[in-house]
Amino acid sequence: MSMPAQSADHAPMPAPFSDYEIAAAYDEMFLASGRPRPHYRNLYTQLLNLPPEELHRSKNESDLAFFNQGITFTVYGRAEATEQIFPHDLLPRIVTNSEWATIERGLTQRITALNLFLADVYHEGRILKDGVIPGEIIYTCKHFRRQMHGVKVPRDVYISVAGTDLVRLPDGRFVVLEDNLRVPSGVSYMLTSRKVMKQIFPALFRKCGVRPIEQYSQALFSTLRSLAPEGRSTIVLLTPGIYNSAYFEHAFLARQMGIELVEGRDLVVHDNAVYMRTTSGLQRVDVIYRRVDDDFVDPLAFRADSSLGVAGLFNAYRAGNIVLANALGTGVADDKAIYSYVPEIIRYYLGEDPIVDNVETFLMTDRAQREHVCGNLEKYVVKAVGESGGYGMLIGPHSSREQRSEFRDKILADPRNYIAQPTLMLSTAPCFVDGQVEPRHVDLRPYVLFGEKVTIVPGGLTRVALRKGSLVVNSSQGGGSKDTWVLQN
Amino acid sequence: MLSRVADSLYWMSRYFERADHCARVLEANYNLMLNPSKLSAEERWHRIMASLGIAATASGIDPQMAMIKLTSDPDEESSIVSCIAESRENAGQVREQISSEMWECLNCLYHQVTQADGRLDTDSDPLRLVAAVREGAYQFQGVTAGTMNHGEGWHFIQLGKYMERSCSLPVLLDAYFSAAGKADYLDWVGLLASCAAFESYCKVYTADLKPDSMAEFLLLNPEFPYSVRYAVERMCAAIAAISETSFTKVAERIERVAGRLRASLAYVPIADIMKGGLHRYLDSVIEQCNDLHAAVHVVYIDYPIQSALEA
Repeated sequence: MSMPAQSADHAPMPAPFSDYEIAAAYDEMFLASGRPRPHYRNLYTQLLNLPPEELHRSKNESDLAFFNQGITFTVYGRAEATEQIFPHDLLPRIVTNSEWATIERGLTQRITALNLFLADVYHEGRILKDGVIPGEIIYTCKHFRRQMHGVKVPRDVYISVAGTDLVRLPDGRFVVLEDNLRVPSGVSYMLTSRKVMKQIFPALFRKCGVRPIEQYSQALFSTLRSLAPEGRSTIVLLTPGIYNSAYFEHAFLARQMGIELVEGRDLVVHDNAVYMRTTSGLQRVDVIYRRVDDDFVDPLAFRADSSLGVAGLFNAYRAGNIVLANALGTGVADDKAIYSYVPEIIRYYLGEDPIVDNVETFLMTDRAQREHVCGNLEKYVVKAVGESGGYGMLIGPHSSREQRSEFRDKILADPRNYIAQPTLMLSTAPCFVDGQVEPRHVDLRPYVLFGEKVTIVPGGLTRVALRKGSLVVNSSQGGGSKDTWVLQN
Repeated sequence: MLSRVADSLYWMSRYFERADHCARVLEANYNLMLNPSKLSAEERWHRIMASLGIAATASGIDPQMAMIKLTSDPDEESSIVSCIAESRENAGQVREQISSEMWECLNCLYHQVTQADGRLDTDSDPLRLVAAVREGAYQFQGVTAGTMNHGEGWHFIQLGKYMERSCSLPVLLDAYFSAAGKADYLDWVGLLASCAAFESYCKVYTADLKPDSMAEFLLLNPEFPYSVRYAVERMCAAIAAISETSFTKVAERIERVAGRLRASLAYVPIADIMKGGLHRYLDSVIEQCNDLHAAVHVVYIDYPIQSALEA
């Protein structure tokens, strides 16, 4: 007979926690003893005292609020792309102020070092000459843009917006799983989720002292403005258009910042200056917050088949007449193979040890590491270096013999394209599932802004693997989100 | 305002008006077709097609099929369903610029008409559909007026609506007046009903349906919303409002074309128009509307970059 794996030294948990299993993963709410952690006590008490139907009602209210506000994402693969509500979990994920302080320092350090790295790679290449990173790994990176060599960007800021994925290991440490340095998305869910939670749990907010995040749009706007040339500051948001899965977010942010939401066809380049077509004539544009990938921004400089971009944009950029945020070519710093060098990058440029660690990563270009991993594929997660969204991945412990052999062939055929990491036991947080509170695996994506200074609003997008036992949190693969509360003290 | 956004709002509104007009013409005629007439059913259907600006098919129109084609055939570009779909497509491009109520309303109507496809089995089904479209149209106009800022975007919506009306009414009038000799009382009722004009006309001219009076009413009445003059006045008001909000200095061409069109409707007595030939007059109205459309397009939407840089 198999029973829930509960340690024998404490009494069964009370409703609505009766099915709550505390397993090997770090649990955000409970200690191994089954007692709630101090910063979760207010939520714990509230949940114990709420009648079950009240939780259901709150859940319905929250779903309805998301629906009414049109908070949706697009699911591809049908004849007509369909919009779905982004699944949202009712219970907040709570982070203490001191945990947050470490994250904040760690991410500030990381984005600073990565910016110095990009400036170096696209100019002198000192880090390569000094042999800290092999040049080959840079030049073989799919997202390396040789056109960016020698191009000066304002304030030397390449990455203005990053969305760094953190996970918490069983020992309670946060580590960086991925740096998303190209066009990270999801921040609109963070902001709308907070708005909905305030409608549903006002009393809990008052009791807990949750640090605000509503200033994000303003901070993003200031960041973009800090990159604009003196006295000229027409900022626009460039979207691929209504069929993009993040279009909701693009429209949302443009509205929040009070800037125009433009598509490539709205912009024209003349004499290396960028203009948008308005009913009042052409209006000069100074900064573009672009949510279009490098490859597509300019058909003359990059992919010629792109209809999302603006012909001539890159020349205007090189001439210093337009600011792009993020800069082009930042993808070289979030390549999953180059990721493994980030601790070295931090030491090289800042002379400091990393405050937030990396996940141990095996490079398949290294013969010894490759042989070790290929012999033990069932223990590892294998990822393609340039992919995101949970695509192109092998999760060893959940894989079949055929899948492993297929990946082994792929690795051997193109070692530069793959890395391996040990299977991580992500931490769990309480989620409201079918009338009960149950643990589900979560990660955390804070949003880092870098202009005049580094700004990280206290919070982020906590993504949840809503299927029981699943470790995949991507929205395209059954993931949802929950509000993230950073406490005042 | 971005030119692309203005263009989408304009076409959203034009297509919507076109669907509404089509629904009204079909509803009016479907009712009248139940009465016997000097004209054959086929001749009457040809006139309906002509009054909607659709080129006549060779021969052999099946009334029921024609009705279904004009309401719910997505391959017929003038059908109600095609026009609503185009309108919605344009609205979808600028969803963040219109109110969410407008989107919902248009979206609902779209689903209503697309789901009707293939289910128009009984005689009265198409009629129910056109009635639903007219209801939905009133609702959309009300929601638009009530929930959207009456700024530049709103003026482009007004421009689209009245431009469409200014172009479609002359086509309708031409279809009836070109065969005026054969028309009987009920045919004229059909013309008035196609513009929701029967009651309004009677208030001014009594139920005495005289072709000249009807032409005067539908062309020149300054107060009736479905007269050409009214539509042109509203269109010119929208143009003036747009040029005020967009600070464009190059709008002279638009003002010249608009002014001439307005004058030809405001100061020419109906007797002169009839003497000079109504058909010619209607053609010139349509031509001037097309000029105006082109002028607006080249000034606000698709202007040459060089001229914009010099301005």
